[in-house]
Amino acid sequence: MTSNDRMNDLAHIRGLMDRSTRFLSLSGLSGVIAGVAAIIGAYLARPHYLALFWDDRIRRSSLAPSPIGSDHWEEHLGFLLIDGAIVLLVAISGALWFTWRRGRRTGQGIWDASARRLVVNTAVPLIVGGFFCLALFHYRLPGLVPAATLIFYGLALFHASKFTLDEIRWLGLSELVLGLVALIRLDAALLIWTIGFGVLHIFYGALMYYRYERGPAEGDLP
Amino acid sequence: MIEQLNKAFDSRVRLGIMAVLVVNEWVDHARLKELLGVTDGNLASHLAALEVIGYVQVRKRFIGKRPNTSYKTTVAGGRAFRQHLDAIEKLIPRKDV
Repeated sequence: MTSNDRMNDLAHIRGLMDRSTRFLSLSGLSGVIAGVAAIIGAYLARPHYLALFWDDRIRRSSLAPSPIGSDHWEEHLGFLLIDGAIVLLVAISGALWFTWRRGRRTGQGIWDASARRLVVNTAVPLIVGGFFCLALFHYRLPGLVPAATLIFYGLALFHASKFTLDEIRWLGLSELVLGLVALIRLDAALLIWTIGFGVLHIFYGALMYYRYERGPAEGDLP
Repeated sequence: MIEQLNKAFDSRVRLGIMAVLVVNEWVDHARLKELLGVTDGNLASHLAALEVIGYVQVRKRFIGKRPNTSYKTTVAGGRAFRQHLDAIEKLIPRKDV
């Protein structure tokens, strides 16, 4: 055996250790599409969100009659929920599609043990966060929803990063910081949400794409 | 230094099996086959060899009605694999590592 063979052995071992524990086919383009969907969704949601928020704030602080009347609450809330559901659907479909496409090229199946581990570990905190946000709406605290979504999502990503690409850890931490800022700056919460779910997704998605997916050779898999 | 290299890990398939098993709890046959890209027969013979020398333990059970065989490293196997990796690393010129 030459030292070159040994180098190959080590690369082979390292590759197997990584591939058997982490899901590496996650495509950066899924981040980009999720980010674009989030920005459009937030733009459409803005008037409805502000209506809920101000309505809520005025009622609480001065007990003055709500400027929009509480019967409009459900209309605005309905729009927000549908808008949010569509953004989520587009983001998930995009992630599945681009990751499936990438999995075909790298040869790593899209639904192997590492993918299942990633999905389960992300889904548990996210589902709990989803119910938490519904409860916030239910108790008429819409101003806290952007912060809550950012924080639960950040925790889910931070936790799931053990099972996939390292960039996810930084994306998770960034979402957490923004979530805490959104708690303090309630007036700018929707803008902060748009930065977290829109701009950061596009930024990290593009970063992952340029690092791992460009070029003819799949350099990350020996 | 050569004698530190473990004969049991001469084969690339066995190295691969150990690499996967040291970082995972119980990995089944199908998953190993998928990760290593080898045939059933080839994989089975290497796994049997590792089992005989006590580096790998086997668990056979049923999931529903289908038999499922999973593998895990033994303490001795894990230690032997790490020593083997250390030995390989020492043989490689520093600048390449």
